[in-house]
Amino acid sequence: MKTGRFWAWLVFALGTAYFFIPLIATFEFSLRMRRGEYSFDAYRVVLGDARFQETFAYSVTVAVFTIILGVLLVVPTAYWIRLRMPQLRPIVEFITLLPLVIPAIVIVFGYIRMYGSNSPLPFLGSARGTDALLVIGYATLALPYMYRAVDTGLRTIDVRTLTEAAQILGAGWITIIARVILPNVLIAVLSGAFLTFAIVIGEFTLASLLNRPAFGPYLQNIGANRAYEPAALAVIAFAITWGCMSVIQVLARFAPKSANRPN
Amino acid sequence: MTQASITTTADAARSAPPDAQSGFRLPTHWLGVAPFFIFALMFLILPTLYLVVGAFQNDQGEFTLANIRQLFLDASIRDAYWVSIKISFWSATIGAFVGLAMAIAIVRGGLPRWVRSSTMTFSGVASNFAGVPLAFAFLATLGRLGLVTVILRDAFGINIYAMGFNVLSSWGLIVVYLFFQIPLMIVIITPAIDGLKREWGEAAATLGATTWQYWRMVVIPVLWPSFLGTVILLFANSFGAIATAYAFTGSSLNIVPIKLYAQIRGDVLHNPHLGYALAFGMIVVTGLANIFYIWFRTRSERWLK
Repeated sequence: MKTGRFWAWLVFALGTAYFFIPLIATFEFSLRMRRGEYSFDAYRVVLGDARFQETFAYSVTVAVFTIILGVLLVVPTAYWIRLRMPQLRPIVEFITLLPLVIPAIVIVFGYIRMYGSNSPLPFLGSARGTDALLVIGYATLALPYMYRAVDTGLRTIDVRTLTEAAQILGAGWITIIARVILPNVLIAVLSGAFLTFAIVIGEFTLASLLNRPAFGPYLQNIGANRAYEPAALAVIAFAITWGCMSVIQVLARFAPKSANRPN
Repeated sequence: MTQASITTTADAARSAPPDAQSGFRLPTHWLGVAPFFIFALMFLILPTLYLVVGAFQNDQGEFTLANIRQLFLDASIRDAYWVSIKISFWSATIGAFVGLAMAIAIVRGGLPRWVRSSTMTFSGVASNFAGVPLAFAFLATLGRLGLVTVILRDAFGINIYAMGFNVLSSWGLIVVYLFFQIPLMIVIITPAIDGLKREWGEAAATLGATTWQYWRMVVIPVLWPSFLGTVILLFANSFGAIATAYAFTGSSLNIVPIKLYAQIRGDVLHNPHLGYALAFGMIVVTGLANIFYIWFRTRSERWLK
């Protein structure tokens, strides 16, 4: 047992070194902009860059719309599958897993060929349409995570009883979903939303191929042309990912564990 | 009048037994899932099918296998697939073994509880930290002016670049991909290791098994399917990734996603249908990987419930 513990510590220490050295190195590198001393100049330059502010704001907006579209799409479907059509569950689960199977670059290639300006649905004909297609693409990429989060949330509540109770009180379907089901799975929806945010905020492939001024292509552009700013941006991006994951962990603490509470 | 008729139908419906109701009814319950299926069809299935069908057509729209054959005949495309598969294979295999070792260390190694919880938290973050910023982090670490490169050179007199190391290569990319592959392995495999029941170890010990026999005959056979399944998942995960590689090496590294990116941007293959075939090849590789993953997953669930 003693030797086992030694090996466990050794493995853990080596792993920690592999993960922390790049983070420390990136941080150290980001401070080196001023010659001969450490400073936060790179961060000042990055945060003051108008292009940074524009692209970041654009990506946050896209992320918010992606989350709204994802919730509108996933919550009613997962609810309806649970309530009325459990026989469709395997098909829906299979479809929600497809974005993990089909690489994002292939999906966006299909969009570009199907929704060009000469097609019956010319999404790519205008900037607004392309924005919409970007949101749709991101919602597709986030589908596996969003669906799993919501479905797990629905498992912890008694969908049938809640629905019947609401119907007896005279609620319609929209009221039931918006005012009974959604508040009950809000924590699950929020963790799906933050995961979506973490994925969308720095995404490169879709934004770049659809030519939208998003944060991901901006990062790539800075990386190709500057020395110290990329390191500062990497630190900022890591902090954002960390923030999103922390929020999800905190949310998980508030999530109900099971529908079958002891009486 | 209308009012009255609605009431009668409603009354009739209410008094009828549930089975009789569903005799002559529009399939309205399909409306609840219709938006989802329409969305999936329009923005996931049809765009993919469009490329798949295009891969089997020539410029005149006739059926042909020439594009698929060209994938194997064109040296540069064949090379791209080979490099992609090599990078994905090694990053998945190394990531899986290292991740497994770390997961066993934190679950079974007798380490304090905070080690496990902080490793799991960090793994959740690191497995999602990919794309362009990850490339920046490793350029700042192992690039020509990176911290590790400089420390090795100035403090230890080891110039890794003079020794032929270059972070902008396949092996450099594998080292970078490990940064999200290892944590992903930890996140997925830890529940499987938790599923190893303590009683099995005690039963083996009662029967006089040595530690090695316990591992060889109990632990490895039980973990094997989840392990292999996760390796395949990691393989698919790195096969489709492009952002890190693109930010890292620009278009100089010849891997499939970067080739496809260039093809979408400017038809570098001078044949749109060959581009579709390139995309089709990617779907085939990741699709096969996922079929194996599901197969191993169902096998592993037999033991680990």
